Amino acid sequence: MSLSGWLKKLSLLEFPEEGGSPEIYRLLRRRIIILMLVVTVIPLLSMALINSYQYRNTLRQEIVSPLLVLVNKSKHSMELFLAERLSAVSFIGSEHTFEELADQGTLNRIFRVMKQEFGGFVDLGLIDENGVQVSYVGPYDLKGRNYSGQPWFHEVRARGAYTSDVFMGFRRFPHIAMAVQRGVEGGKYWILRATIDTHTIDELIASMRLDPKSDGFLVNREGTLQTATRSYGAVLDHFPIGLPLSSSEPNCIETTDSLGREVLVAYAYFQNSPYALVVVKPRGEIFRSWYKLKSEILYVFLTGVLIILLVVFKLTGFLVERLRESEERREAAFREIEHSQKLSSIGRLAAGVAHEINNPMAIINEKAGLMKDLLELDSEFRNREKFIALTDAIINSVERCRSITHRLLGFARRMEPHIESVDINEVVRETVGFVEKEAGYRNLDLRLELAENLPVVESDRGQLQQVFLNLLSNAFAAVKDKGSIRICTCDCGETLSISVEDNGCGMSEETLSRLYEPFFTTKTKGHGTGLGMFISYGIIKRLGGRLEVRSKEGEGTTMTVHLKV
Amino acid sequence: MGMEILIVDDEVEFAETFAERLELRGFTAHTANSGEEALRIVEECAAKVMVLDLKMPGMDGLEVLRRVKKAHPLVQVIILSGHGSEIDEAYGRSLGAFAWLRKPADFGDILEAVKRAEKLVTSGALQ
Repeated sequence: MSLSGWLKKLSLLEFPEEGGSPEIYRLLRRRIIILMLVVTVIPLLSMALINSYQYRNTLRQEIVSPLLVLVNKSKHSMELFLAERLSAVSFIGSEHTFEELADQGTLNRIFRVMKQEFGGFVDLGLIDENGVQVSYVGPYDLKGRNYSGQPWFHEVRARGAYTSDVFMGFRRFPHIAMAVQRGVEGGKYWILRATIDTHTIDELIASMRLDPKSDGFLVNREGTLQTATRSYGAVLDHFPIGLPLSSSEPNCIETTDSLGREVLVAYAYFQNSPYALVVVKPRGEIFRSWYKLKSEILYVFLTGVLIILLVVFKLTGFLVERLRESEERREAAFREIEHSQKLSSIGRLAAGVAHEINNPMAIINEKAGLMKDLLELDSEFRNREKFIALTDAIINSVERCRSITHRLLGFARRMEPHIESVDINEVVRETVGFVEKEAGYRNLDLRLELAENLPVVESDRGQLQQVFLNLLSNAFAAVKDKGSIRICTCDCGETLSISVEDNGCGMSEETLSRLYEPFFTTKTKGHGTGLGMFISYGIIKRLGGRLEVRSKEGEGTTMTVHLKV
Repeated sequence: MGMEILIVDDEVEFAETFAERLELRGFTAHTANSGEEALRIVEECAAKVMVLDLKMPGMDGLEVLRRVKKAHPLVQVIILSGHGSEIDEAYGRSLGAFAWLRKPADFGDILEAVKRAEKLVTSGALQ
């Protein structure tokens, strides 16, 4: 399956089409966050893992190689040391006859020279073919001892030369015995045996200069310790780690020792002796820098992830929020358009109705007029006065209808407004002039707060006046006697606003929502046409402005006209 | 015999009533209920003032106005209509309409317009 298929399956890319409920935005936000985290954290994580793995391997190579070289070099030194000693014994055996060596004085002399020239020798003895020590120089009284039952005696008989494992001598001191077999013509043979101490080997191990937590020592092929160790016991104890047999090439294994430490064991078997040189290093020591690096990588990784998380969450939150806002704005704009379309279709309908009503109205008007004419001519008619009053009432009613239909048609007409430069403050003052008398009768507190230096606007003076008058008469209707009405003009930068504020009865939600509908009125029958706000709305719209209404029931209303400068 | 006036309106009731009211005031009123009838009557009678509705079935008021002004430039036409936008009004005035009133109009206003038209015609200022 392709990547996009997978993503589709996880429905991560299916963003909701229709906005609205907060649930959808939460879902969208979650999906974007998951997607972004997956594509950022996974590569980061794999890179960190690969890096650490590769570095670990390199580091291991760097550490293991010198260790192997050291082990190999030291092993060579020890091999050389043992080979030298064996050669010395071998040389003496070849250079002297059995009889010469059997002489205690000669053997004494030879041993003295050996100790001087080579060092490390502890004793020297000559053993005849029956295993009896014929002569002996050394710290013990071993002359006359029979070795025929000892395994090394048979081995030296079989192989001609022999190097023993380390053993504890009578002084409880580690020794290595080496023996060579020499024969004379006629089948008679004898064995020269020397013992060396392991001081020199200890010195060689010390010269490796291992750190205090590491250990260097010899073991034999059975795993018996041949030299003292720091952590694994004394000479002749058993070394707990099995060392796989290999050629004399140095080798390295990683294991856990008897103390539970993770250790690196480097070892090399001797070529001609039954030993292996072993160096044990705790891994903790070796990989300290590795652990340090590992934690550094971890810090970098965690910091990276933290930053990514922060950025992803913030960014996604920001984006989704913006998306939501623009979606809401779009919906609000749609509602606005719907609203104004509704109003304009109501307007067209009203205009059509007004047109059609005009003709019957005209007929009523003329009929009533004719009746009145006839009544005025006929002075003998009994109810003349009453009928004249009735026809007058009919004519007055027609007049009222006429004013309604004419105002409706005035709103619907498509005529361009008569645009001129208008000083808004002047228009306001003039309009207020129309109503000042009424304000005086009713003791209203009518205040003008006109901003100085208002910019001149290009607008229709007459229509603006009509709107202001409408707003003012609404305010007058809303307030009780002694109420207050405040008229302010203000320069708001891009727009110029004129507001009429009253502390009257205010409007309910219901009234507010139907404010601009034609024929909607809260005034008592006969006192309002319900067209004031409808027409004001149309006029301000045509002039490129905006009407804003804020009202709270029982507290008052503020109507503001915003005009573009 | 007073001044002759032609009233053109497809609303018969309106035309009749209006004519009667004018006659009560000493005018001689003729009525026509369509554009075609109006054009015929204006040829027959000596009406110098015409009260014309705009919206009629068949020939509409503006067309009647155009033809009347072409054939009888001296006849003064007062438009009285429940319809008509301001664009119509501007067009009508350009065709030579004497006055433009909206239905339902106050009878006094119409009478005043008729008298002004009569004065214009009788003063001979147009000759």
